[in-house]
Amino acid sequence: MATSSAVTVARPAGLAGRMGGGIARGMAIGYLSLIVLVPLAALIWSSRAHGLGAFWDEVTKAEAASALKLTLVVSLLVAAFNAMMGTAIAWVLVRDSFPGKGFVNAVIDLPFALPTIVAGLVLLQLYGPNSPFGVDLAFQRTGLVLALLFVTLPFVVRAVQPVLLELDREMEEAAESLGAHRFEVFRRIVFPNLLPAILSGVALAFARAVGEFGSVVLISGNIPFKTEVSSVYISGQIESDNAAGAAAVSVVLLLISLAVLLAIGAFRHWKTRHDR
Amino acid sequence: MRRICFTFLPAALLAAAVVVGAQAAASKTTLSLVAYSTPKDAYGKIIPAFQATAAGKNVSFNQSYGASGDQARAVAAGLSADIVALSLAPDVTTLVKKGIVPSNWSRNAHHGMVTDSVVVFVVRDGNPKHIHTWADLAKSGVQVVTPNPFTSGGARWNVMAAYGAERAQGKTDKQAIAYLTKLFKNVPVLPKSAREATQVFASGKGDVLLTYENEAIYANKKGVHTEYVLPQQTILIENPVALTKSGLKHSEAKAFLKFLWSSKAQKLFGDTGYRPVLKSVAQSAKYRFKQPKTLFTINAKALGLRGWKSVQYRFFDHSSGIMVRVIGH
Repeated sequence: MATSSAVTVARPAGLAGRMGGGIARGMAIGYLSLIVLVPLAALIWSSRAHGLGAFWDEVTKAEAASALKLTLVVSLLVAAFNAMMGTAIAWVLVRDSFPGKGFVNAVIDLPFALPTIVAGLVLLQLYGPNSPFGVDLAFQRTGLVLALLFVTLPFVVRAVQPVLLELDREMEEAAESLGAHRFEVFRRIVFPNLLPAILSGVALAFARAVGEFGSVVLISGNIPFKTEVSSVYISGQIESDNAAGAAAVSVVLLLISLAVLLAIGAFRHWKTRHDR
Repeated sequence: MRRICFTFLPAALLAAAVVVGAQAAASKTTLSLVAYSTPKDAYGKIIPAFQATAAGKNVSFNQSYGASGDQARAVAAGLSADIVALSLAPDVTTLVKKGIVPSNWSRNAHHGMVTDSVVVFVVRDGNPKHIHTWADLAKSGVQVVTPNPFTSGGARWNVMAAYGAERAQGKTDKQAIAYLTKLFKNVPVLPKSAREATQVFASGKGDVLLTYENEAIYANKKGVHTEYVLPQQTILIENPVALTKSGLKHSEAKAFLKFLWSSKAQKLFGDTGYRPVLKSVAQSAKYRFKQPKTLFTINAKALGLRGWKSVQYRFFDHSSGIMVRVIGH
């Protein structure tokens, strides 16, 4: 079974593993602590600066709760849509051949390279009030979803692509020769093999969508209770000298995201074992 | 992980400043100027002009520009700064509280304010909705673009201009707050900053953009046509500049601060659309700006404005401020 690299943890093996295991592990943990764990711990620490009661008040404020809900619903939606479209794009890039395929393949990663505020500005010009196509999606939730779809596009595509490349076509041919329809082949042979990779991509896309700021801040219009996402709400709290409130909302956002990521990981794990 | 970046931005800025500082250490004196974004072009001309004077010889500058609140927080978190130029006094107060700027920073001839401006209405070509007064902004069918005063410190000038203008027309405190509610019902979107509000307006959204006169003038100078209306009552925007305690140790920093109020520097500020604070420049034909009928400051007690400290608490407190209710409807 092919595995994608994003979530899998490789075990050190062989001589190198035995010799360098301690050092490698120490370096990995030290690095992780410095880059991720210490900042996260500091964030949690600052969120409880005024006690649990204040923490609860901050995250249950109507505007904060509404922004949290919107962020999570929209991010899940975007991740789910990515699961379908990302897989389809990966499929076309691997299985089809057409002129300019190499170029399209390279374009997929561009949303990563573009500063997100520029992405927001371009989307606003194309799909805003002065849209050359007559499509005005700005300052509503649709525009928010559009911006998030743009910045999260590469995740599922890049997770699925290598797995699809390595997938043994003989299995599919065998199934077809036994009389299976093309859809049945996809559903029963290709899809189960791709699922772990799709889920990895979905998890990354979800995490990115939850924290996204630059691309949504222009096109969403930041209307409280309508299009204001948590990242924008949090930046408002910081500007209003409420750092503890900002940290509190961030912590809740992180905890819910962690729960979603763990759920996706658990499902992926269960599915992989179940199939074997 | 954007959020984390945001929280730790000051630390990142600090690291960047250290790197930049190390590179520039070769020259005799290096001063760090930390400023908000709008006067970047003005300082781009003022610094060479200062370096051409006797006092400015052998002085080089590290410059950092960004949103005023972010800059103040970065300095509070340790970004090295000798001179801070921010968009509103409360951002300097943040640094006074941290002990970085001495509390007597505003005790000079110009009360620490280096440039002025006013809140104006930018309208569409030919002013099709006939926007002339504050009352016009609250009419039904008019869309007003202004940044969210909770995410943009600068947008607080707009809110206080609207409130003060109502009071200047004889309205009571209650009526003026009711006006704010009505006005914000006409605000369809809340961009994060003044720059983003301009982008949103340029994208075709809204009939009026509430902004600063210098932004409107500067856009015109840059070739972006903007038509703007100076309302009869508006607030005088005052932008502070101060030396930090580390800046006070350098005679060159003191000289630079003095130079900012020289007629040379004031004219350069005037060229980028600011109202000079130096009377001799402000009264010269080239830099004479149109005066509104009533021009009030943030300290206009007769209009119920008792300075930033009281205004910040009453209007912009994140939980109990008047604007929380006004924006949340």
